[in-house]
Amino acid sequence: MSKGSPISPSLMATKSAGAPKAPERADRTAETAVGVDTAATASPVLGPNNVVPPTVMTGSQAIVRSLEELGVDDIFGLPGGAILPTYDPLMASKMNHVLVRHEQGAGHAAQGYAMVTGRVGVCIATSGPGATNLVTAIMDAHMDSVPLVAITGQVSSGVIGTDAFQEADIVGITMPITKHSFLVTDPNDIPHVMAEAFHLASTGRPGPVLVDVAKDAQQGQMTFSWPPKIDLPGYRPVVRGHNKQVREAAKLIAAASKPVLYVGGGVVKAHAAAELRELAEVTGAPVVTTLMARGVFPDSHPQHVGMPGMHGTVSAVTALQQSDLLITLGARFDDRVTGILKTFAPNAKVIHADIDPAEISKNRTADVPIVGSVKEIIPELTEAVRTQFTTSGTPDLTSWWAFLNNLKETYPLGWTEPEDGLSAPQRVIERIGALTGPEGIYVAGVGQHQMWAAQFIKYERPHAWLNSGGAGTMGYAVPAAMGAKVGEPDRVVWAIDGDGCFQMTNQELATCTINNIPIKVAVINNSSLGMVRQWQTLFYEGRYSNTDLNTGHDTVRIPDFVKLGEAYGCASFRCERDEDIDATIQKALEINDRPVVIDFVVSPNSMVWPMVPAGVSNDQIQVARNMTPEWEEED
Amino acid sequence: MSRHTLSVLVEDKPGVLTRVASLFARRAFNINSLAVGPTEVPGMSRMTVVVDADGDLIEQVTKQLNKLVNVIKIVELTSESSVQRDHILVKVRADAATRLQVTQAADLFRASVVDVSTDSVVIEATGHPEKLTALLSVLEPFGIREIVQSGTLAVGRGSRSMSDRALRSA
Repeated sequence: MSKGSPISPSLMATKSAGAPKAPERADRTAETAVGVDTAATASPVLGPNNVVPPTVMTGSQAIVRSLEELGVDDIFGLPGGAILPTYDPLMASKMNHVLVRHEQGAGHAAQGYAMVTGRVGVCIATSGPGATNLVTAIMDAHMDSVPLVAITGQVSSGVIGTDAFQEADIVGITMPITKHSFLVTDPNDIPHVMAEAFHLASTGRPGPVLVDVAKDAQQGQMTFSWPPKIDLPGYRPVVRGHNKQVREAAKLIAAASKPVLYVGGGVVKAHAAAELRELAEVTGAPVVTTLMARGVFPDSHPQHVGMPGMHGTVSAVTALQQSDLLITLGARFDDRVTGILKTFAPNAKVIHADIDPAEISKNRTADVPIVGSVKEIIPELTEAVRTQFTTSGTPDLTSWWAFLNNLKETYPLGWTEPEDGLSAPQRVIERIGALTGPEGIYVAGVGQHQMWAAQFIKYERPHAWLNSGGAGTMGYAVPAAMGAKVGEPDRVVWAIDGDGCFQMTNQELATCTINNIPIKVAVINNSSLGMVRQWQTLFYEGRYSNTDLNTGHDTVRIPDFVKLGEAYGCASFRCERDEDIDATIQKALEINDRPVVIDFVVSPNSMVWPMVPAGVSNDQIQVARNMTPEWEEED
Repeated sequence: MSRHTLSVLVEDKPGVLTRVASLFARRAFNINSLAVGPTEVPGMSRMTVVVDADGDLIEQVTKQLNKLVNVIKIVELTSESSVQRDHILVKVRADAATRLQVTQAADLFRASVVDVSTDSVVIEATGHPEKLTALLSVLEPFGIREIVQSGTLAVGRGSRSMSDRALRSA
């Protein structure tokens, strides 16, 4: 690093990896960055920016009013002592508050809501245990970059630090898993803190923001006016990509013979599906969509070669492995995608476009880093590629496509029928997707059913597939589906859940039934913690330590999911035979006046394939147990 | 691993030191020293963080620090382009027989005696960490009772101020 050079995200944008930086270049970049950073001219305060003249009210009224002014329609939460003052004015608000049964449910519901609408999800909880119950959801939102604002009550400022009843340092607890957090002890700070929280959550790389409000700040008098001034001198996300870098990227694309568009969840968050499609078609390059990006590029598009990673398709994993150029868009070289990092795509140059400069060259060094929003970068890159192709010619990808198409045909996704006579879980999930169609929303828990839902449902549009990718939170599905249904009430919302996951958060079925949020839950019941069991089968000699849940075929069935669903007022069915699958799904699709729970009893022996076992190179992908693909000759 | 001195301009808000320190801890970055204090601009503090890290890692450190909302600006100060000082207070055994030798040693390092008792003196010294190490090795034979040392403070040479541009771009 050169002497005294400012290290700012915008500077990182122009830094080519490993190249020593000349001081004058660094300075120039820093100066241009001043103008570029605030390119967006719109007000940083979300919502319509209505002008509210100074009005005296309580802090709690200010919280509710701020949420209204920020354009919030729906909130998920559960009251308690330290947030009680805020729940009083909330009763008179036109905002819809959904009373959950556990705060974790509020958090995941707000996530699901944010994922399908692209708006900030809002959850509220009280101090202490109420706030700590949000922690899992906040961490989940942090890992998957979900715009979320969590509002928590805190004990009165006078007793903070005294181990007061229901006191927890939630700002401290969540510091490593929030994008930012605020502790409010002066009611006059409420409007600007709320506006800042929403601005932080929704811009740049989205993420969770916590606003912890002391009870006396909620009860105290303040003067409310709107819009407030946002004062975040240290927060200047770079939105526009650097032109020179974009041109460099276009040159690499024109020179590549085995390019791959490695597309991550950032493209979904940026609402850049249309832009991506244009870039893909102009370049002619194959597209892989990561677990977080499923649907942002249509599965039916001939250029789509599948999902990469530990349970990705052979064609997608191999496309990355053998590529000579990764065009990385809003993806972060997660270990589930790369496998052993140093053996990942060993011959590929890397273009890496991401709004978070810290993701660039974090795991894999980028040859051409581009910091900015993919919403802005992709169209510019498309134009630059067009220009580049007219001068240097369109690259010939025929042999690359012949290789990949052969892999697609030779190693399609599929499953073997279980030998125990029970249904294949893959078939159940495939039929749910086929009968519901691409306009539905599919929300998975974590484990085998999640991978099958990523593999066997065909996604044609973004925001149709929700899951807990980075965090791997079991229990995500039911509450996130509930939030998704509130956000998109006209769509069919399926929670594809496991019998393990379902038992972690199914209390929110009460919330769904009572608030008329008719989600459909497909419990893929293999009577075990299936993914853990799969690893025990493969790597622990079939010693099934603590993975049997006794919920399935030939067990005591505790709990009985049909009875459980009925107890919560849901239409509930059990499906145990292949021939009943379609009819059961159809029946569920016809019910829209209450939630549906289906107990799909499936085989515990089905496994997720393909698989790259942990700790080996992606070249060791197995299409079935101990079966590695026959590789074509490599050049 | 090489040593890097980062000057970090931060908003003077509650918890900002915790945010910086916990970032280092959870990302497994090593802090060698850290000093915080107010600046010429009200509402802004400056941290001087000395980090042991290799090239790729120091880039990741600065990028992660920049993601903290309260961090306004980061500059790396090299030893050539900046003045870097540590501050130390040393309590040394010194009775009537050895006091003169101790104070003479302190003089050689332009250190000053700031407290005297019948059997000890407190010596205050400022300087580059190597100078302070040398001072300590000279004082060691007399018997060091206590050492209190600050983190490194650093400022860039020349007329430019770190906060100028930060404020303009903010």
